[in-house]
Amino acid sequence: MLIFTVFGSFWLEIFLKIGVLRRIKRVVLSVLPISLLFLIWDAYAIAQGHWFFDRNQMLGIIGPFNIPLEEYLFFIVVPMAAIMTIEGVTTVKPHWRKDEFGQ
Amino acid sequence: MIYSDIAITAFAIAVMADLFLFKNSLLTRPAFWTSYAIILPFQLITNWWLTSKNIVMYNPDAIVGLRIFSAPAEDLLFGFALIVGVMDMWEFWGRRGMQRDPNPNKRKKHK
Repeated sequence: MLIFTVFGSFWLEIFLKIGVLRRIKRVVLSVLPISLLFLIWDAYAIAQGHWFFDRNQMLGIIGPFNIPLEEYLFFIVVPMAAIMTIEGVTTVKPHWRKDEFGQ
Repeated sequence: MIYSDIAITAFAIAVMADLFLFKNSLLTRPAFWTSYAIILPFQLITNWWLTSKNIVMYNPDAIVGLRIFSAPAEDLLFGFALIVGVMDMWEFWGRRGMQRDPNPNKRKKHK
């Protein structure tokens, strides 16, 4: 699933030259605070048993707070895919960028 | 609190923050809605995959029970909040001048 997401979005990096990976500092500062909130939620939901995972269909590596490795990766890959998507859209439609900076 | 409550809260916080906290709200811009229209089908496919194969399972007491392509409807609120939150942060740093240029080493050319 994660690999599917990577293939679905990371080609934009190459073909549209959106340069998201080159702007890694901005990526980290955008993804980290939001993903941290969602990981707290994830830890709470796992602890409360809101959702649970099939151990036979996982890598089997469980990180801190009982959160599986795949979940940590999810909260890195999916936000990056979102950033790449909007950067891809505003690269194809540059006039939509002017609202962004109020120019 | 169950999944439904938290999902609605996260959705509400993301929408309020976008509209009132961040300048140049994403929710009023075509760039966001076009991106969301692209992301949504992919989210539905991956959610369907994860839930139909029981990779992720939900406690029936934690969800309302409405399912969209096998995934709980709450997932859409969760995904929306995550996407809006991250994109708002990305734009926030961009407006502050952080790494605005996709290609800092070459001069940007536009046709």
